[in-house]
Amino acid sequence: MSVWRVIVAAVLLVLRGGRRGPKPEEPVDPRERRVPINSRAQLLVAALLALGGLAGLGFSVLYLLEPGNETQWLGLALGVALALIAAALIVAGKAVVPQEIAVEERSQLVHEHDEAIVPQMVAAGGEGVTRRRLIAGAAGVAGIGVGAALVTPAASLGPNVSQRIDDTPWRRGVRVVDERGRAILADDVAFGTFVTGFPEGASLRDLAAPIVIVRLLPSTIHLPAGRPLAQWAPEGLLAYSKICTHAGCAIALYRYPSFRATQPRPALVCPCHYSTFDPARGADVIFGPAGRPLPQLPLAIDPATRELRANGGYSGSIGPAWLNVDRGGA
Amino acid sequence: MSAAGQASRDGATPPPGRDTVRWIDERAGASPALKAALRYVFPEHWSFMLGEIALYAFLVLVGTGTFLALFFQSSTAETTYHGSYAPLFGERMSLAYWSTLRLSQDVPAGLLMRQTHHWAALIFIAAIVAHLLRVFFTAAFRKPRDITWAIGVTLLMLAVLEGFAGYSMPDDLLSGMGLAIAYGVAMSIPVIGGNLAFLVWGGEYPGTHEFTTRLLTLHIFLLPALIGLLIALHLAFVIRNHHTQFRGPGRTERNVVGTPTWPAYALRSLGLLFATAAVLFLLGGLVQINPIWQWGPYETYLATNGAQPDWYLGWLIGGLRIMPPLEIHFWGLTWIPNPFWGGAAFPLVVFGVLYAIPWLDRRLTRDFSRHELLDRPRDNPQRTALGMAFFSWVALVFFAGSADRILIRFGIPYEAQIWFARAAVFVVPVLVYLVTRRICRELQRSDAHPLRGWSGRRVRRTPAGGFAVVEPGAATQAGDDG
Repeated sequence: MSVWRVIVAAVLLVLRGGRRGPKPEEPVDPRERRVPINSRAQLLVAALLALGGLAGLGFSVLYLLEPGNETQWLGLALGVALALIAAALIVAGKAVVPQEIAVEERSQLVHEHDEAIVPQMVAAGGEGVTRRRLIAGAAGVAGIGVGAALVTPAASLGPNVSQRIDDTPWRRGVRVVDERGRAILADDVAFGTFVTGFPEGASLRDLAAPIVIVRLLPSTIHLPAGRPLAQWAPEGLLAYSKICTHAGCAIALYRYPSFRATQPRPALVCPCHYSTFDPARGADVIFGPAGRPLPQLPLAIDPATRELRANGGYSGSIGPAWLNVDRGGA
Repeated sequence: MSAAGQASRDGATPPPGRDTVRWIDERAGASPALKAALRYVFPEHWSFMLGEIALYAFLVLVGTGTFLALFFQSSTAETTYHGSYAPLFGERMSLAYWSTLRLSQDVPAGLLMRQTHHWAALIFIAAIVAHLLRVFFTAAFRKPRDITWAIGVTLLMLAVLEGFAGYSMPDDLLSGMGLAIAYGVAMSIPVIGGNLAFLVWGGEYPGTHEFTTRLLTLHIFLLPALIGLLIALHLAFVIRNHHTQFRGPGRTERNVVGTPTWPAYALRSLGLLFATAAVLFLLGGLVQINPIWQWGPYETYLATNGAQPDWYLGWLIGGLRIMPPLEIHFWGLTWIPNPFWGGAAFPLVVFGVLYAIPWLDRRLTRDFSRHELLDRPRDNPQRTALGMAFFSWVALVFFAGSADRILIRFGIPYEAQIWFARAAVFVVPVLVYLVTRRICRELQRSDAHPLRGWSGRRVRRTPAGGFAVVEPGAATQAGDDG
């Protein structure tokens, strides 16, 4: 009980305005009209209006004299002009024009007589109609048919989802390049770095295109069954779709421990909602809202040139989930 | 005024302006309506002006938005930048980004208009939310204003959509990240999500060229027209039923006491219009917002850390972030993908509750009558406490959405914050409910007014070691002594 009193007292203390309002008397009729004859207020209004006009003109002058990046001065001139006019209007409304408290009676909303008559009038319109159910049924058919006809063109807005998402530009042998089309070599991917790659010749806008490539010690990698290291992590190089399986943002963060003993494992992180994936374990979700791992892309290293190539397609669907998403065995 | 009326009735010189009214009357028969409009009574309270601020911010939005529409090119066609912003000189970018950049850097007064438009959007929605809270906690949503309430909730929803569509248009990095999330949420709608997203984007994200046209049509035509129409309807209902009023001398359920439109209220309300516009243009001129040239153009493979949407989407990013990795899948199909929980189910629940409030209130209070006098929050501790619990729940999710900024600023681990928020959304609303209900009951008992003075007494230690009450008049002097 005393705790409650302390809380209430604290709230009251924080909110108190500092003055003690007297209890209002209860007059029956609140109506009043007062005509303030206040020439100083009138002068003030005139001055504020004139100054507001000058500031407004100032805006135009600034605009004409300094066309260019005068955003601050223009904003200041226009804002001050509007503020002066606002002040003039409020002073005029409070101290120049008659101050009146009026009473208006509220109108009646309920009209009992008309409420009874309206349904009768509607019913009278159906006088002499004998085949009501037939006509109502036919009207229903008309409504459904025309409604369907009006809604159908919406299907033109976009294609069926079908297999389009899973048609990716990645095939066995496709070269991995950077955003300027230069080949990425196996030795470009050092420990602790994070390289974004694209399939050679594909559009960068394609959601299936971008991959992240990281390098881990092969002894720390534990991929799901059916992904032998030779095809899926040659020399410890791992590639995953860069598009988050949660909501489609780019996986732009790579957390790599600088002191392995105390810091958590390496992780790929999406900056939108912090879905966190473990690259050593097939990009399993270790924190955040993503519902499935990032799809992995098998890699091969060209023995002659050391260029990276895809060694097949993704292990599952890329991007956000939908009904038929391929979860890649997860 | 009465003297002038007398003169015309006597057949003497008609009052000035009578000819104008006659001209209107002969065509529209509007003089009774004009008379009623001039005498229309507005009850006065500062909190009744929140809705007016929203209305006036909308006017600024329409004005500045029209200016922007004369420059903006909604196209993803690529071009090369040769404008005056040196760091991006020679960069390839979409026409949408290019024209926004040109508008900001090279069109005189362009940046002022763009920034004012953005600030006005933030304040438009903030004013709507503040207005909604005022209407809820004073129970102004009760009959006959339940329809007005539903229109207002719809306006809030449309305003959030409109704001999101707006800042998605410039095709900068942040707008692209926002759209990617919107695509993810659309895909996550059970069963139909994949096809729905493909319909909206014209194919797989980032969509076809038509998508930017759709966004433009939505932002500058469909949604503003709908918002304008609903504002008109909202105001029509307000005018039909007049404002509510707080209890006070001479105020009853059958009348409305306050200032008539002409002249004092009209001047003051016009003053508020100018003041709102002044604040918005000062913000637009002096306080930088969304400098898209710093974010750079968007590509699907780019994202940045610590990115935050406009404030009114904070509760959605919070909902998406604190949701554990739960997806419903069986028979080889994914029935409920994860973004659905935070991005679709959560706002559906929030708006569902908002729409249901008048009905829920009738059910809980068993009060079906017409109300013209407002409750103070304390008058119905149950409603106030339930409302505080609900809004604190939404607010908590909102603040959880800024966990990345707190990580970057203060180094508090992100995971710890999210686990805290996941527990707090269940615990805090219950605590808020209990504390609010108790505060309301204490206020009812003591009849104190938290915003209008303090009913306690100050005591002072006397030299003899006792305590003496300090009278209000002597308070300052007593303070000076110490």
